[in-house]
Amino acid sequence: MFPFHRSNALRGFAIIALLAMAPAHASELSELRAQLDTLKSDYQAKIQALESRLAQLETQVAAAPPAVAAAEPPAFAATPAPAPAPPSGGSGANAFNPAVSVILDGRFAQLDADPADYRIAGFMPAGDGVGPGRRGVNLGESELTLAANVDPYFFANLTASLSGENTVSVEEAYVKTLALPSGLSLKGGRFFSGLGYLNEVHSHAWDFVDQPLVYQALFGGQLAQDGAQLKWLAPTDLFVELAAETGNGQRFPGTRLARNGLNGGALLVHVGDDIGDSLSWRAGLSWLSQRAEDRSFAAVDGNGAAVVDAFTGRSRTWVADAILKWAPHGNGNLRSFKLQAEYLRRSEAGQLAFASAQQNLTDGYSARQSGWYLQGVYQFLPRWRVGARYDSLDSGAVEIGLVQHGVLPLAAFGALAPASPSRVSAMFDWNPSEFTRLRLQYAWDDARMSVRDRQLLLQYLYAIGAHGAHKF
Amino acid sequence: MKKSLYTAAAILLSLTMAPAQAALRVLATTPEWAALTRELGGDKVDVYAATSAFQDVHRVDAKPSLVARARNADMVVAAGAELEVGWLPILLRESGNARIQPGNPGYFEADANLRLLEVPSTVDRSMGDVHPQGNPHAHLDARNVAIVATALTTRLMAVDGGNAKFYEARGIDFQARWKAAIARWEAQAAPLKGMPVVVIHRDQVYLCHWLGLTEVAAIEPKPGVPPSSSYLAELVTRLSAAPPKMILRNAYNDSKAVDWLAERIHVPVVLLPYSVGGTPAAKDLFGLFDDTLNRLIGATR
Repeated sequence: MFPFHRSNALRGFAIIALLAMAPAHASELSELRAQLDTLKSDYQAKIQALESRLAQLETQVAAAPPAVAAAEPPAFAATPAPAPAPPSGGSGANAFNPAVSVILDGRFAQLDADPADYRIAGFMPAGDGVGPGRRGVNLGESELTLAANVDPYFFANLTASLSGENTVSVEEAYVKTLALPSGLSLKGGRFFSGLGYLNEVHSHAWDFVDQPLVYQALFGGQLAQDGAQLKWLAPTDLFVELAAETGNGQRFPGTRLARNGLNGGALLVHVGDDIGDSLSWRAGLSWLSQRAEDRSFAAVDGNGAAVVDAFTGRSRTWVADAILKWAPHGNGNLRSFKLQAEYLRRSEAGQLAFASAQQNLTDGYSARQSGWYLQGVYQFLPRWRVGARYDSLDSGAVEIGLVQHGVLPLAAFGALAPASPSRVSAMFDWNPSEFTRLRLQYAWDDARMSVRDRQLLLQYLYAIGAHGAHKF
Repeated sequence: MKKSLYTAAAILLSLTMAPAQAALRVLATTPEWAALTRELGGDKVDVYAATSAFQDVHRVDAKPSLVARARNADMVVAAGAELEVGWLPILLRESGNARIQPGNPGYFEADANLRLLEVPSTVDRSMGDVHPQGNPHAHLDARNVAIVATALTTRLMAVDGGNAKFYEARGIDFQARWKAAIARWEAQAAPLKGMPVVVIHRDQVYLCHWLGLTEVAAIEPKPGVPPSSSYLAELVTRLSAAPPKMILRNAYNDSKAVDWLAERIHVPVVLLPYSVGGTPAAKDLFGLFDDTLNRLIGATR
């Protein structure tokens, strides 16, 4: 700091000295001033002339016809040089920055029943991602996505989810091949499984605030794989996609295994096409098979005492999905309609353990449970949509060895008592632009069976950054 | 027995040979560039247009049918300049097709060959649907079509080298016909010079620029932003004072706001094909401009 001060002080002295000398050369000064003024006005005129010339040139350039190739017969060079694309934003080191996009999500919930005791009756709890969230005003899930091509061979994507409770989780982090032959592509890392229709769709692109009950009950929301997916597209005009996935199976309904190696995986097929120029559809069938080891959940027995149940065994899920989209002549600007339905069926077989303060028991377990939803969303004006959804679950045939053999009463497994949860939801949203969505949702939720939860949900979604591209 | 075996073998052989002889499969994102590819490729290309003139190309779904076409395409012909940013990246990524990935000869962007108008110095989403690389709706300046045709011919020759001579000859023939047509259209459009018009979206900019029409207002206050009633009222006041000759409407535009405005300011709405297939007469690229010019001239009478 000190040298700086000193140099300022010196400069000050110099100015004072000059000022002191000034009266001695008053006439010279006024002369100089006059010269300066003429110079100034000269330059001003010159600058003005330059500016007007520049403006003229600018308008000429803007209005100039592009170089007309038709003026002379084209000389076609047979070199395969691709035309130079203009640089897409950024320069230097920034030019290779990945596309960044951020989704902001916030909501208000008015719930009749306390969300803390939310459960889907008849189904083993599937962890997070179940229920309507907390009451009142809450920050939803903020999503940060970075994506870019790595090189000519790979595309990479990272989607991080920042929750309103200040936790960060990696939703997806995968690389995908771009240059495999014969319609093949390989994806590796963490990714949403391609099974069904909604599983791959990120929450900001859902047509309702929350997932269908059946997804909540069977996957705890969405099934992500930490593993790999090999996909093959058939060389036909009909869209036919086959895929096989495998991974560590750590997400519900699987668990991480104590041994080395993989835990099951999924096989899926999707078929799709257009009908005329206004309708397009896709349908699919998927099969997931995973092992669960000690997949535990907290429950209460018939006397209200805390117990821990745990399932060990094989879990298999079938998913049938179908979606139909309509827009007049394929132009969805004005009106469009989307109808989608999925049916999921899970069978689990193995052992169920029951652990209370007094006893540790294990016996056989098998269950075949299913659920489905049907939803329609109608865009009736350019920026307005309404939608309705019906959810239905069937806890199905559950065989609990400990109950069948008379060791414990069914009441000891309150969570698994036969049930048929259902829910009706109505949705209304306004989308002032492609990047903003404000939504109102009302639901009559009978997931608990014991009490009907009427839910009023308000949600905002904002997208900033790179223009998103959504799958069908 | 032996004969049927031979027949079976022949059928099998013809099946395996078929792809080798088949035409170059091209997936074009828009009907105008699909039509140009057909002009330049003739029967050596099998072109599929991903969209029609009745669709807003900015808002299209990455439909399964399009993913399937991308899978099988030898070449993609896109408009570029981010016009298809909402769906083409998905098609390319889902296609499992290395040939059509950007940077390969099988990926062609028309706008990359052109000097685009309205290149913004800064971009911000508060400005509406602006495209950082410039206004992407470049095909309605017929001179741009010629430039793209040159580049596309070169590219077809590179991608399908076996038919290079064919594409070259066809390219030269097209350029000659197109040059003559441009002269005809420009002569026909002479009375349109300086004529004030109102557009909806800024996708007629190149047409106006080429023919010398003066765009006095756009019904969208900002690109992609629908007009509010107060903005429309403001337009009525402004345009009543200095009425334009006509309001241009594309085949894919909604007519509601346009008709409302036209009625208030007593100006005709001229429906333009915008792209190939937008009107019955716009059967190909020549038809597109013939019909566009006829409709514009017709409205001045």
